[in-house]
Amino acid sequence: MLNFFKSSVGKKYLMGLSGLVWAGFVAGHMAGNMTIFISKEAYNAYGHAIVSNKLLLYGTEGALIWALITHVVCAISLSFSNKKSKGAVHGGSPNGSKGANLGSTWMAIQGSVVLAFVILHLATFKYGTHYETTVDGVVMRDLAKLMIEVFQQPGYIAWYVVSLILLGIHLSHGVRSIFQSFGLLHPAYQPIIRKAAIGYSVVVAGGFLSQPIFVFLMN
Amino acid sequence: MSDTKKMNLTLRVWRQKGSQQSGSFKEYLAKDVSPDDSFLEMLDQVNEQLISKGEDPIAFDHDCREGICGSCGFMINGNAHGPQKSTTVCQLHMRQFSDGDVLNLEPWRAAAFPVIKDLMVDRSAFDRIIKSGGYISVNTGNAPDGNALPIPKVNADEAFSSAACIGCGACVASCKNASAALFTSAKVTHLLSVPQGQVERERRVLSMVETMDAEGFGACSSTGSCSASCPKDISLVNIAKMNKEYLKAAFNKKPETNLEEGV
Ligand code: HEM
Ligand code: FES
Repeated sequence: MLNFFKSSVGKKYLMGLSGLVWAGFVAGHMAGNMTIFISKEAYNAYGHAIVSNKLLLYGTEGALIWALITHVVCAISLSFSNKKSKGAVHGGSPNGSKGANLGSTWMAIQGSVVLAFVILHLATFKYGTHYETTVDGVVMRDLAKLMIEVFQQPGYIAWYVVSLILLGIHLSHGVRSIFQSFGLLHPAYQPIIRKAAIGYSVVVAGGFLSQPIFVFLMN
Repeated sequence: MSDTKKMNLTLRVWRQKGSQQSGSFKEYLAKDVSPDDSFLEMLDQVNEQLISKGEDPIAFDHDCREGICGSCGFMINGNAHGPQKSTTVCQLHMRQFSDGDVLNLEPWRAAAFPVIKDLMVDRSAFDRIIKSGGYISVNTGNAPDGNALPIPKVNADEAFSSAACIGCGACVASCKNASAALFTSAKVTHLLSVPQGQVERERRVLSMVETMDAEGFGACSSTGSCSASCPKDISLVNIAKMNKEYLKAAFNKKPETNLEEGV
């Protein structure tokens, strides 16, 4: 059992499982945020409903913290040991029809940007200015106000665009890779898995990007 | 004979005297190369010139020269066995290149494959992976009659396509992590697909993965370069199968049946 998690294959299971937790979360988070398109009140009410459900809140937070730590620790460990395996000298990389796409070879770089993004994003929103508002007589946090305030800054939007595109690329390779890591690859489904992974990533990254851009243009 | 146009190429070849010495690229001219020459024949001609000048010829591995033994292989401009898919370098022909091309020739790059000399590397780490489980130790008696042991066609096909691996090492060399996952998984899947391989399946995968890691090969990042560079088109599905088999074996630890000791 312990040997399993120490092995290269076991680490890929951890990497995949933790990636999957976040991949599920980002899809849900993106979908929930779509309430901003309805109204500020709907958005605030949605946020309030989530923080009011302590079981859901702490359960999700716990899973996400476990997954992030596991993912980053495994990523660091794998990146270093893989570098060592390749050896000190190495020249050209496969190219043309034998090459790999950059999305798959730059996972650590994309991941590092995503990590910076997650930390900054939490600082800005979760631990950001606490405005209050009342919706239907219930006092709640006015996240919509904070969101509009933040996304008035073009620099912030640019950072979101870059980070979310990188997240999308990370996911497009990652979600496909999970199928291989978990042994769920089947010759007949290989092309479908690839397309579904790209489709999912475009929806997540595109959905997340539509929100700040919408807020910026509307205000 | 057709009057094919001869070409001149520049080769930048990695020269390294031994595993303890450091190496560097040296430039050579390959003159009057026929497009019908194989890549290794072209190197033979360069070597003859080097020998006639009293210089050390370029060392490279080869044996069958017909794409079946797995001895040959080095990197040509970053690609294992050169630019052509599904081909070993002994089966690669100079018509794939054009007059004036500059080609970087490098040995396989992996910590687990130390350079022996020039373009030759020590691939005995592969042998040790096989030795740790890539066999069937149940006594199967004399060679049975053909079809005496019925195996469904799908399984037979699967076993054959995995068994096509010639162990050349292109997968490791193409991988940014120098992972041996494709090689190891091809062997695991091959034996997994036939009835004779069932008895030792758990022990096999556990010990082959362990040896693969201990030999210093990297983990799989699913980039797919290995399969794309494989002269035998070994599929990534093998890696998926190995991972699943490994998970099952690791969490389903049965009491060891030690066949060697006859228990
Ligand atoms: C929202 C956040 C993230 C999601 C949804 C995510 C998702 C994934 C998924 C699904 C995989 C594929 C795992 C597999 O092959 O089985 C993966 C791989 C990877 N992730 Fe992430 N990830 C996230 C954040 C990060 C962060 C913060 C880092 C690093 C600091 C990171 C670094 C990596 C690396 C290096 C790999 C490739 C591992 C390998 O090549 O074996 N990821 N990620
Ligand atoms: S020399 Fe035998 S495969 Fe190339």
